[in-house]
Amino acid sequence: MPAYILRRLIQSALILLGVSFITFVLLYILPADPVRQIAGRSATAETVASIRSQLGLDKPFIVQYGTYLWNLLGGDLGRSYLQKTEVGTLLVSRLPATLLLMVAAIFCELLIGLTLGMIAALYRGRPLDNALMLGSFVSVSAPQFVVALLLLYVFAVKLGWFPIGGYGTFAHLVLPALTLGILGSGWYSRIMRSSMLDVLRADFIRTARAKGLNRTRVILAHALPNAILPVIAMVGIDIGMFMSGIVVVESVFGWPGIGQLAWQAIQRVDIPIIMGVTLVSACAIVIGNLLADLIAPLIDPRIRLR
Amino acid sequence: MTVAEPLLPALDSDRQDIVLSVRNLHVSARSEEGLVPLVQGLSFDLRRGEVLAIAGESGSGKSITSLACMGLLPQPAVRITEGSIRLGETELTDLPESQMRALRGARIAMIFQEPMTALNPVMSIGRQLIEAIRAHDPVSVSDARARALEAVRAVRLSQPEKRLEQFPHELSGGMRQRVMIAMAIALRPDVLIADEPTTALDVTVQREVLDLLRDLQRDLSTSVILITHDMGVVAEMADRVIIMRHGSTVESASTVDLFETPREDYTRDLLAAVPRIGGAAARAALKKQESLVRIEDVSVRFPIRQGVLGRIKAQVHAVEHVSLEIIRGETLSLVGESGCGKSTIAKALVGLVPYSGNIEINGKNLVRLNAAGRKALRRDLQIIFQDPMAALDARMTVGELIREPLAIHDIGTAEEQRARVYQLLERVDLSPAYYNRYPHQFSGGQRQRICIARALALEPQLIVCDESVAALDVSIQARILDLLRDLQKEMGVTYLFISHDMAVVENISDRVAVMYLGQIVEMGTREQVFGDPRHSYTKRLLAAVPVPDPRSPRAGLPRLTGDVPSPVWPLGAGPARQALVDVGGGHMVAPD
Repeated sequence: MPAYILRRLIQSALILLGVSFITFVLLYILPADPVRQIAGRSATAETVASIRSQLGLDKPFIVQYGTYLWNLLGGDLGRSYLQKTEVGTLLVSRLPATLLLMVAAIFCELLIGLTLGMIAALYRGRPLDNALMLGSFVSVSAPQFVVALLLLYVFAVKLGWFPIGGYGTFAHLVLPALTLGILGSGWYSRIMRSSMLDVLRADFIRTARAKGLNRTRVILAHALPNAILPVIAMVGIDIGMFMSGIVVVESVFGWPGIGQLAWQAIQRVDIPIIMGVTLVSACAIVIGNLLADLIAPLIDPRIRLR
Repeated sequence: MTVAEPLLPALDSDRQDIVLSVRNLHVSARSEEGLVPLVQGLSFDLRRGEVLAIAGESGSGKSITSLACMGLLPQPAVRITEGSIRLGETELTDLPESQMRALRGARIAMIFQEPMTALNPVMSIGRQLIEAIRAHDPVSVSDARARALEAVRAVRLSQPEKRLEQFPHELSGGMRQRVMIAMAIALRPDVLIADEPTTALDVTVQREVLDLLRDLQRDLSTSVILITHDMGVVAEMADRVIIMRHGSTVESASTVDLFETPREDYTRDLLAAVPRIGGAAARAALKKQESLVRIEDVSVRFPIRQGVLGRIKAQVHAVEHVSLEIIRGETLSLVGESGCGKSTIAKALVGLVPYSGNIEINGKNLVRLNAAGRKALRRDLQIIFQDPMAALDARMTVGELIREPLAIHDIGTAEEQRARVYQLLERVDLSPAYYNRYPHQFSGGQRQRICIARALALEPQLIVCDESVAALDVSIQARILDLLRDLQKEMGVTYLFISHDMAVVENISDRVAVMYLGQIVEMGTREQVFGDPRHSYTKRLLAAVPVPDPRSPRAGLPRLTGDVPSPVWPLGAGPARQALVDVGGGHMVAPD
C-alpha cells in the first residue's frame, strides 16, 4: 500500500510535468500577444519591447519554460501580468470557494444521480424508468448556462428563495451546487442504472433471495455496494469534466473561485494565471483519481493495490 | 414467522411422510410468440430423508422446476400457469411473497451451480451466513455467529474461524460450494434443492462435495432434490430419479430400476450416451510412428509485479519443464484439474503465450519463423474451444465464419471457397442451407459443429481441442466425439485433446498425459494409464469419477483435506522437478 501510493505520486508528478509542458507550448504558440494586452493599443514599439524583456518573453521557448519550471520547484508560480499579484496568493485566496462548491456539487450529483439511477433500475422498462432516462438525457445535453439561468429565474428571481449571486452563506451555495449537480447527475443515473441492472442479474442476488432476505435488504446490502463500484472510478475521472463546468457556473453566479479567475485570465491572456489554474486543476484531477482508487478496495476486497 | 399451518389431520402415514408434493405443474415463459411452455404437467412427491434426482439435458426444465419450488422464477416473464406445489401443508403457488420469504432458506433451501458467483463478493463469509440465520431467527449476532461457525464446521471447512472473516474470492470453488451448503443447512431445512451442485467443480472436489452432501443428508435426514445432467452423480446419490425432457417427465423410477431396466427409449439413449471408463472401443494401432509435434522442456511462467517500480517479485509457474511428443495421426490427451497448466501448453503450442524451451511442429519452431512462415505454419494448426458461442463472431453468418480462414490464407477463388464451405457443412452434418444463418440461431452442439467445420477448412494437420465437448449435453457430446473420430479416420488429422473429463479422455485417446501443478506426472498409452495407473494423483482422479452404475461399490476414498498447493513461487524458487521414469513399454511415471 505505501509502495503503491508512492508509485502513484511519482506518476502524478510526471503527469503534472506533462500538463505544464503542453499548456506552456499552447500558450506560447497562441497568436494573442500578452504584451499588447498589458501595454494597450497606443503603446510605442519601445514600450512594448521593454515590457517584453521585463517579462522575459523575448527569450527562447526553452529558456522561458525552464525558468518557469525552476521557479515552480521553488513554489513560485509567477506574478499576474495585469494584477501584479503573486499567482500563488491569488490561487490560495480563490481555492476554498471552488473546493466548497466542488464538494457540494459532487454531493448533489451523487445524491440525485445514484438515487434516480437505482430507482430506474428497479422500475426497469416501466414508464417511470423511461421518464427518468429521458430526464437524464436532457440533463446531460443541456448547456450549463441554460440550467444555471433557469434555476436563477425560478428560485432566485420568481420565488426569491436564494440570492441571485455572490458568496458567503449556505444559501449562496445552493443554486451553483445544484446547477452542477443536475448537470452531472444525468451521467451518474445512467451509469448507476446499468450497473445496478447487471448486479440485479447476478447469481449472488438470487442466493440472497433464496436465503429469505427481504427486498430492501437484498437491494441495500447486496446490490448497492456492488453496483456502486464503477461509479467510484467515474467520480475520479469526472473531476476533469467538473473543472470545465465550474468556469461557466462560477461566472454566472459570481462565485469567487478559480473558475472565474481562469475566465478573466483567458480573456486577458494573463499567462501565469492560466498556467497556475491549469496546474491546480490537473492536481485536482490527479488527486481525485488517486482517492477514487484508494476508496475502491475499501468497498471491494478483491481489489488489490500494487 | 407468521406462516399459517392448517392443522389438518393427516390422511395416512404415507401422506405424512411426504415433505414436498408437486402436482401437474405448468410453468410458461412470456415471449413475442406468446406463452412458451417450460414445464408441462410435472408431478412428484418428495419423501422425508429421500434424495430425488431430476435429471435431463439442457432445456429439459429441471432448473426451472427448482426455481418454481423456491418461488424464485423471474416473474413476470416466467410464471406458474397451472398446478400445485405443497411444502408440508402449505400451498406455495399462491403464497404471498412475504410468507414465501419466511419459508425460503428456513424450510426450503437451495444450492446453486456456480459457486464462483453465487456468493456476494464484497461481503465476508461470516456476514453472509449470519445474515441468513438472522433473516429467520431473531437471535443476537453473537448467537448467529456461533451457529454459523457450527455450520462451517459441519461442512468440514478447515480453520472455520478464519473462514468467517474471509471473502469469497479468497476461497477455492470447492470451499465456496461448502459455504453455500453451510448456508443452506444452517437452519435445518426440510427440503434442500441442489441445482447442479458439482458441475462447475473439478472431479476430485466434486467427489468431496458429493460425499459431504450425502453425509449431511443422512445426519440431518433432510430431503434433497438433486438437479443434474450427470448420470454418474445420479447413480451415486439418488434414491429415485425423474428423467425430464422438453419440460415433461419421461420416466420416473427408483435409481436401480432406472439404470437396469429403463422403460423409455429416451432414457436408454441417454444412458447409452454416458461416457464410461472402461467402455471405450479399442483403437487401431498407428501404421507408422512419425513425430508431428515435439515439445521439449517447455515452461510457461507469468510474472507478478510488486513494489514501487513494479519489479517482478514472484511468478506463477503455469507449466514446468514439460516434454512430450505428438505422433502424426494420434489423439494425445492432456488431463488434469483446473489450473494444472493443460490449456497453457495448448496456448504455447499455437504461439499465444511466451514460453521457454522448444516447441517444434513438423520440425519448425513457430517463434523462430518470419511472419510468412508463421502464417503458413498456422494453417496446419487449429483450435476448437470450449464455448462455441464465444468462439463464433455473432455478427458473421455461418458461411462467412467458415470461409474466413480460406480468405485469410487466400485459397481458391470466391466461388471455390463457397463450394468448399458447402462441402464442409455437409461433412459436419449441417445443411448447406445454413450458410446465411447466424450463430445464435443454432443449438450448442450445432455451433460446435460450425467450429469444427471452420477448423477443418484449412485441412490442418493438428487440431487442438480445448475442452471442446465439456459444455455439451452427453448425447450431443457422444455425437461430436464420433464426428471427431470419423474425421481422424478420413483425413488422418492429429488431435491434442485437452479435458478434465476422464471418461471422455478414455473414449477418444490413443495416449494420455496426466498433469498436476504444471508438470506431467504420468504419461502412457490409454491402456497403461487407465488400466494400470501408477501415480497417486492419477489413481485419485480415476477413483473420483462418479460411476453411472447404482450397484457399483462406492470407492472408499480417503477424505481429502486441504487444497491443491499454490503454483506461485518467489523469484528464483520453483517446484521440485518431477523426473519421469519408464516403468515399461513407454509408460512414464513421476515418482510419488
